[in-house]
Order: sequence, then structure tokens, then C-alpha cells
Amino acid sequence: MTRRTFLGMPTTAPPGVGHLRGDESFPAAARRSLTDPQLRRNLRHATTTIRAKSAGVIAEQSDWEQLRAAGAAIKADTLHRLPELLEQLEARVTEAGGVVHWAADAVQANAIVTDLVRTAGADRVIKVKSMATQEIGLNEALHAAGVTAVETDLAELIVQLGDDRPSHILVPAIHRNRAEIREIFLREMPGVDPELTADPAALAAAARRFLRETFLSTPVAVSGANFAVAETGTLAVVESEGNGRMCLTLPRTLITVMGVEKVVPTWRDLEVFLQLLPRASTGERMNPYTSMWTGVTPGDGPQAFHLVLLDNGRSAVLADEVGRQALRCIRCSACLNVCPVYERAGGHAYGSVYPGPIGAVLSPQLTGIDDNASLPYASTLCGACYDACPVKINIPEVLVHLRAEAVDARRRPTAESIAMAAAAYTMDHPRLYEAAQRAARMSRVAGRRGRGLPPPLNGWTGSRDLPEPPAQTFREWWADR
Amino acid sequence: MSARDLVLGRLRAALASGAHAPVEVPRDYRHTGTLDLDQLVERLTDYRAHVHRVVEAAVADTIADILPAGGTVVVPPGLPPAWLPPTVTALPDDGLDNMRIGAADAVVTGAAVAVAQTGTVVLDGSPDQGRRVLSLLPDRHVCVLRADQVVATVPEALARLTPHRPLTWISGPSATSDIELIRVEGVHGPRQLHVILLPYRE
Amino acid sequence: MRIALFVTCLADTMFPQAATSTVRLLERLGHEVVFPPGQTCCGQMHTNTGYRSDAVPLVRRHVRVFDPYDVIVAPSGSCVGAVRHQHAMVARHAGDRALTSRAESVAARTYELSELLVDVLGVTDVGAYYPHRVTYHPTCHSLRMLRVADRPRTLLAAVRGLDLVELPAAEQCCGFGGTFAVKNAETSTAMLADKMRHVLSTGADVCTAGDASCLLHIGGGLSRLRTGVRTVHLAEILASTEQESAVRR
Repeated sequence: MTRRTFLGMPTTAPPGVGHLRGDESFPAAARRSLTDPQLRRNLRHATTTIRAKSAGVIAEQSDWEQLRAAGAAIKADTLHRLPELLEQLEARVTEAGGVVHWAADAVQANAIVTDLVRTAGADRVIKVKSMATQEIGLNEALHAAGVTAVETDLAELIVQLGDDRPSHILVPAIHRNRAEIREIFLREMPGVDPELTADPAALAAAARRFLRETFLSTPVAVSGANFAVAETGTLAVVESEGNGRMCLTLPRTLITVMGVEKVVPTWRDLEVFLQLLPRASTGERMNPYTSMWTGVTPGDGPQAFHLVLLDNGRSAVLADEVGRQALRCIRCSACLNVCPVYERAGGHAYGSVYPGPIGAVLSPQLTGIDDNASLPYASTLCGACYDACPVKINIPEVLVHLRAEAVDARRRPTAESIAMAAAAYTMDHPRLYEAAQRAARMSRVAGRRGRGLPPPLNGWTGSRDLPEPPAQTFREWWADR
Repeated sequence: MSARDLVLGRLRAALASGAHAPVEVPRDYRHTGTLDLDQLVERLTDYRAHVHRVVEAAVADTIADILPAGGTVVVPPGLPPAWLPPTVTALPDDGLDNMRIGAADAVVTGAAVAVAQTGTVVLDGSPDQGRRVLSLLPDRHVCVLRADQVVATVPEALARLTPHRPLTWISGPSATSDIELIRVEGVHGPRQLHVILLPYRE
Repeated sequence: MRIALFVTCLADTMFPQAATSTVRLLERLGHEVVFPPGQTCCGQMHTNTGYRSDAVPLVRRHVRVFDPYDVIVAPSGSCVGAVRHQHAMVARHAGDRALTSRAESVAARTYELSELLVDVLGVTDVGAYYPHRVTYHPTCHSLRMLRVADRPRTLLAAVRGLDLVELPAAEQCCGFGGTFAVKNAETSTAMLADKMRHVLSTGADVCTAGDASCLLHIGGGLSRLRTGVRTVHLAEILASTEQESAVRR
């Protein structure tokens, strides 16, 4: 192993490019979302709807737990053998007529894609919704190179036309309701029918009309990938609207950008994920369309295929034996839909393209804990995400692990660290502990509403009464018996 | 150092500490199931596909009922000619351009496999299905399926398919749930999916 | 049976009625309760806030104090969850193998109250009497960390005079989450508001749970709104009897 370490150590995603870092801490960003009643209603409605749908189709699948166990194990196995599987994937894709590129980070990936688009002579690309290309800020990089990137997924289109940011992995415009979407279309969509109603079917039809000509006339498409099979070189994209099929079928050149962790060892492994993903994600037995392709098929679809394999911090996640399970994620967003914190704070509060519980464990690992230090604390550790995860990522375990990293990364003591050390010392000395109990009872400075408590403890009493300590502690009661 | 060596080197370094026992993948989930054609029909219908159960001799009449008289139909090269009614205008795919395909009223294809439990049909580009674009651009997709192409479960379907062919798994018409998570059928792909289900081959 | 009580620092200091009720209940059922001296805190707050090394001496103390006992009970799903799912992890991280295996051994003998009653003592009707309309909040750690499932509801259903009403969206977190309630106070408050709305919608006059921490949080909110709905620990309800009720009357 030492023979190879000179080739580079696991490295986090570089700053200044892409969308993994927010401008402010989670509590500050969440505070703003919480005061937007429309956003709160939209999120509650959407997450409640999807939870019920998903629960219904999962209940139909009597071997759901066995599928979860298999999915978790396949991904764990994949991560342990990642380098060899990627080499195998590269060989199979190349044999089938594709070209494989490797990108150590966002900057390299953006440069590779930009060069390929230029070489194809295109000034516009059509895009299938892809978390990886959002993560690396590909659209901005293409824009800087004079290339227009058109998002073709309905929700992504809503976000792009509204000059907005995505707030959910699966449904990036989950924070918008139909009336808001109608307004965005009327304002920003060229050639839109001024009589457009807010009926979801009418809004979808408007997107169909708007994009049809673009699909037919754009020579290059950029996609992500849900799965890549090392054994066969097959790529898979799971979608609903048919925009994916358009992008994967119509252009001459197809460029797929995928995180290295998306590889699965065998063709057969797809039988697990094609059952887990739709039920956990959109709450369907099967999503409307899944496309699979292997390299280039003469006479059918793009005749040039490029696969960009992206690290961008994933090697650093892989290096953490507790945290690496976050790389099992299949981007279903079930954890977002069940998370009580996400439901209130919304996706933008997480500051990264990966919101919700999975974002809270993935983003700080991809960037290094210093750049997303508040995210591991954006959870009550209620565990709903772990139960919902189709590949059994123990998100609460990773959150607690990352909190320890956040504390260890601080170079100087803080008020909190001093208080924690003092509390630990007291708790390890029963007589001091008993004295502290008596002091708590004697002191009435805080009062029932906690007036006079210093920040951040006044955060408690802003909305909750602090009960008066009882007249007798349990151990006093016990001693008096 | 090439980016390839850099990425692979980083990943190897990430795995260098700690011994990794090989992971056993438990495969005790269901692989097969009892095949139930009614379940396929129910689940296709649930996702707003139209299902017609007829004998092979009645395929042309069924299609004549589905499509307007004089309608244009994209025809893959290997489609059985007897499936097309005389009431429609056939557009055989001899390299049709995308504009003509998109302007057609419908496409008629065969299928490779169907999954009863999920209400899915899979196309694999065989001659009776043709290029992927044929079943993508027309507004209606009529898919003729034989009962012996139907399996109960997803694992059975994957076992029947050849990975190197371009595969399209279709479960109902194009749909989106992007607006308030309400499912709406008909976005970019065909807005209507008709499945003509034939009985088992004699 | 001889049962060691792990009182938990929170119940000891702020919610002693949960612990005194646990003692009275178990003694009424004919068991001997002992209170091992020297116990303080399981260190959950430290571990969950990222102060893993500060938690080490607390884990060591907890293991030393409780190791001599065969059966240990705590009136808290959360603290039992910390003992069962965190102590060995903290010890392992500190590189202390002996402590790790002792922590695992203590964890295997530690039960949340409803687990002890139903699984170890084999009772579902504890002979309690509690004439109130009650709704039960399952608490996240009892529900998802310990999987106590329907045990508390089964126990409550057998209480005479008690009218058990289902809490809507019961499985959703109340927003406490330890230091989350302070670090993310606004989000915590928004979650609490929904929990209170659901509690009030039941028309119950008592909201019960197996964790003093969640009850302090929900109770603090209900008190601020002057709703008149009381928060009562599961142990208090199970310890209540007809005689007691008559005396109070």
C-alpha cells in the first residue's frame, strides 16, 4: 500500500467552486425559512403527501427489509473495492465505444465537460437533472465559457427560470406551490400562453411545449447517473418525465458526470436498487422511465459517449471508517421527506446541493468539517432518517461522529467546551453533583420563564417555561425513606 | 500525474487503513413470484396506461379503435405487418428524421419483457421495437406484449435482459410529481401508453 | 427480583416523580429496588454534542457503578439508548478494550421501564388506576433506538379508568434533541408548536411519555401557552392506584 500513497492522499472538495458550502450557518438560514408561512405550508403539504405515498408502496413489498439489507451490503462491498470496480467500469465502457475521463475535483470536471462541449461545436447543452453537476457548479462553468445549459427536468426548469436554488434532491422546487410556479412561467418562459392556469397538468404541458424544440435541436446532452455497472459498463438513469430519455437519445454527444461511488459491481445488483429507489423516492412501484445504455449503440442514440468519474471530496469521505457509509446514498431523498427539521427549515437552510439529513452528513465530509460545522447539529437525532433509508445509512451515528470532529477541530476553548468540561467534571464527582443540584434548587435567578439566563440558554426559554426544580431531588427522597 | 492516477491513488489511500473483511451480500429477498397477468393489467392501469387484452388476430382492429382514421404510425422494421390496420398510414423506419417521428400520431412496438408486480414494459431495441427515439417522440405509444414475455418480478426481468442492448423501462405514460408532489401524466414522452396484451403462444 | 435503579441525572434533579414512581411501582409488584450510590449521568449530552472524550469518565463511572447488578432499569428511553448504543462506542473510541466489553455487558442488562415490565417481569396489567383522558407521545429514542414499540400503550391500555386517545403524528419528534433545543431554538420551537397542536387536538388532559426530557420540553411549551394540559411520566401513571386516588380525594 505504501507504494501507492505518493499518488495522493484523500482530499476534500476545493472551495470557490460548486455548491457544497452555504453563506451562513444552519441556524441563521433556518431562522429565515421559519418565518415564511407559505414555505412552511408548501413543505408540510409536500412531505406529508410523499410520506404517505411511499409508505403505501413499501407496505406492498413484503421483502422490503431484505432488499434494504442487500442494498446496504452491495454498497458497503462496492466502497471496499472501489478502485478495482472503477477500473473495471472504465475497461467495459471503453470496449463498448465510450470514453472515460477522471476528475479529481469540480474544477477538473468542469474543464473536461467544457472542452468536450467546445469540441462538439455546441453553444448549448440540454441537461438531465443531476446532483453531481449541481455539486460542481457545471452550469456556471459552462456559462462562463459561453455555453448555455438548459435544465430539462420540470422542477429544475422552475428553479432555473425563477433564478432560484434547488431545495430538495428529488423535487428541487418543492418550496414552490402551483400558483408561484405559474407566476414564474408567465414571467420567464418565452412564448408562454398568457392564459396559463395553475393546474399542474397545464403547467407540465407548458414545459413540454417550451422544451420540445430545444430537445430536437441541441447536439450535446449532459446527464448524471443513478448506477453504473462495473461488470458490463452499463449506465442507468431513473426518471419520470421523459426529459431524461430525450437527453439520452436525441443528441449526437452524451456526457455523463457521476460520482465515483455510483458504481455497482454486477448487473444483478440492479435488481435490488430498481426495487428500492422508486418506492423510497417518488413512492411509486416503478418510476415511469429508466434508461440503460452501454457505451455507444450504432444507429441508436448518441454516437459519442463520455463518462466523467468524479472524486471532489469523495476520497476524503471514504477515508473515514464511520462516515464513509454516507457514500452508499442513492439520492432517493426519503430522509428529507421524513425529517422533522427539514420539514420546518427547508432545503436552502443546509447551504449545499445536498440538503436534509443526508446533506448534514455528506456536505461536511466532502468539504471538511470547518466549512460546514453547523450541519451535523441540524438534527434532533430522532432517527426517522435511518429508518427510512433504503440502504440503511445510520445517519444519527454519523451525525454524532461528525459533531465530535467539529469539536476536535476547534483550536481554542469555547464557552460551550468549558461548560461541557465543567459538567463532566461535576458529574464525575457525586458530591459536587449533589451540591450543584442543591444550588439549582436554591437559585431562583432564572425564574420560571428563565429571564436572566445568558445566551444561548435563553433560546430554551423563548418559547418554553423552565420548570422550577422540585423541592426534593430523587436521591434526597431515597435517603429520607 | 494523470487525473486517473490521482483519483485512484486517493481512493486506495482512503482504504489503506483498516482491514476489510469481504462483505457478504444477503440475497434472501424474493427473486421470483407467482405470475399474475391480472396484476400486470391492474398496475399498468393504476399508472394510467390503457390495457387491451385481445388475441393476436384482433391486434389490427384494436389499433384501429385506438388511433384516428388516417393517422400516421411509426413502424419499426421488424413489426409484424398484420398488426397494422389499413385505416392508418404507416411510416416505416428507414431512417426517419426526428421531425417526422415527432409529428406522427403514434408508434407501434413490440416489447422485450414486462414486469407484473411493477406494471412495467421493457424495450430492448429488437427489430419489432426499433431505435429508442421511435417510442419517444410520438404522442401515443402502442406496445404489443405477449403473455409469455411477462414475468412477476424485477429480478426475473433483469435475468431475461441483455445488458449491452439499449434498454428502456416504461411504467405508464410520461409523468411528473414536481408540482406539489401531485402526479401528472404526460410531460415529455408519449402522453398515452396503450398496452395490447396477447395470450400465451399456442 | 432485585432491580438496580438508574435514576438518570435529569429525572433525579428535575423530574424526581418519574423515579419515585418507578420505585413505588416495582415495589408494589413485589420486587426489591436498590439505588446504587455514586451514579450520576450517562454522558449522553456530552457524546451527542461532540464531547466524546468528556464522556469517557462518565461512561467509566456508570459501568463501575452498575456492573454488579443483574437487572438495571431507567425511566428513560433516551438514557437507556445511550447506555445501549453509545457507551461501548465511546469506550472503543477511547481505545479502552476492557471498558468496551464491560459497557456492552452492562448495556445488555439495562432496560427501559416498559421493556422491564413487559419483557423481563412479564406483566402488562400493573394494577394501576388513573381516571384521566391521556395521550401518549412515543419519544424518538424509545420508538426508534430501543424499539419499545407498543409496550407502553399495552401497559396504558390495562390501566383502569384511563381513556387512552391516539396522538396524531405521534412518531414525529417533539423538537427537543438535547442541545438542539438551544443551538437550533427556532426550529425546535416550530417542531414543538406542531407537537402541542396535536396534543391539544386529542382533548386529553394528560400527555404522557417515557422520557423526562421530552416531557420537560412539551410541558414547558404547554405551560407557556397556559393550556392546562399536564405532562406526566409513564411511571407516574403506572404507579397510581385506586387507594391513592381515594386518599387524594
